[in-house]
Amino acid sequence: MTKPQFDESKIVYREVVAAGDPWMHEVKAGQKFRIVDLEGNQAVDTLFYNANDHSERYSATDTIREQGNIYLTTGSVLQSNLCNPMLTIIDDTCGRHDTIGGACSAESNTVRYAIEKRHMHSCRDSFLMALGSMKTSSSESGACSCNHDKPITKDDLSSNINFFMNVPVSPDGHLDFDDGISAPGRYVEMQAHMDVLVLVSNCPQLNNPCNGYNPTPVEMIIWE
Amino acid sequence: MTHPNKYNGLIWQESLPGGAHWSGVIRRGTVLRLTDLQGNANVAMLINNLEVKNERYNMPDTLKAQKTAFLTTPNMCFSDMGRVMCSIIADSCGWHDTIGGLSNATIVQKKYGQKSYQEAHNDYFKNGYDSLINELGKWGLNASDIMPNINWFSKVRVEDNGSMTFVTNNSKAGDHVDLRFEMDCIVSLSTAQHPMDTNPEYNPQPIELSVYKSLPVTHDDPCRLHRAENQRAYYNTKVFYGENPND
Repeated sequence: MTKPQFDESKIVYREVVAAGDPWMHEVKAGQKFRIVDLEGNQAVDTLFYNANDHSERYSATDTIREQGNIYLTTGSVLQSNLCNPMLTIIDDTCGRHDTIGGACSAESNTVRYAIEKRHMHSCRDSFLMALGSMKTSSSESGACSCNHDKPITKDDLSSNINFFMNVPVSPDGHLDFDDGISAPGRYVEMQAHMDVLVLVSNCPQLNNPCNGYNPTPVEMIIWE
Repeated sequence: MTHPNKYNGLIWQESLPGGAHWSGVIRRGTVLRLTDLQGNANVAMLINNLEVKNERYNMPDTLKAQKTAFLTTPNMCFSDMGRVMCSIIADSCGWHDTIGGLSNATIVQKKYGQKSYQEAHNDYFKNGYDSLINELGKWGLNASDIMPNINWFSKVRVEDNGSMTFVTNNSKAGDHVDLRFEMDCIVSLSTAQHPMDTNPEYNPQPIELSVYKSLPVTHDDPCRLHRAENQRAYYNTKVFYGENPND
């Protein structure tokens, strides 16, 4: 796939997502989707679902196994749990994105940081907030235009992508959270192979040095 | 290699051939020993809480909390609800994979060809994904519960550039790993080959399951003390069962 020229006149959707906010939107097959790390080192926790059948979803393990590498960057094909290509990363000015580090939750915050941290805002809160606002086909409107009576629930939350996040693994099996390798204005962009519903938590994590304890906004751009 | 009295006695034991699938309830306070009978086995496993079934083994939380990309003693396996599902209290193998995922019908057909039931009866070619679907369905679970799993006895090494290698001959005949369950769990497993197994032959290996009554978990338990994160997850588990979390 050749790198497409970013064409402002073909933008169909553009929105800045504040730190800590959820975001859900559909990207149609063939459309391009860019996430811009506006201020740098922000983790964008992202899940993808087949917009026409939510039981098909992004699979971290199938994606890394099929490409033989745990990091995502230009050329990575984001695979579904049915091993279908969902999107391909077609441009990446950051260089490396994580998909084995998962998302924070109230409960994992108690484990990783302190029991008292339960009440801090977390990514699973954001995912569940977005899903809670989701309309089914019998409703009037919603973030997804698909024909689905069955809502997406916690059961459908699998291991996500952390765009702009750096989680290095060493040959002896050590895993760590490192300083981000992103910077203000860096972006990742992908092209959809199927109609996908994108579910995002713009991570509110305040306990992890990877974002300098300062969650920041990101910009979502979809274009033809 | 077996220590029948180590954990207050054997409760039950059974063998599984290679390519089999199995599920059952493993109770809190028991130890599940997996034994690789002939070497080079792979045991793909998913774990669900018996009472609240959408509480599941969570690969990212397990790895992040313990700053590891593989499992061995004294790691604990964490759920997505900040609790400990099981603790690895003994391990003669040393490295168990949890990032390589499951084989599926396409992978198996591409690597080994096709062998149907009509042709081969119970020696037909099975795969990890379909095997686990079979087991999950018995408990009211389904494909949405197929999460990043554990592959006991398999080793996947990650180089500095992120490339993944399946390391052969990781497990010898008689190697075993002992999992002390801290919650009542549904354990679903498949003995299909690892999806990255470099062996060109379809040759899944047999294992043995042994369940023992476990000894009490003490304050100086190595798994519990391994990291502050483990202590807090164990605290959360005690709270879940209505027990004093500091005991």
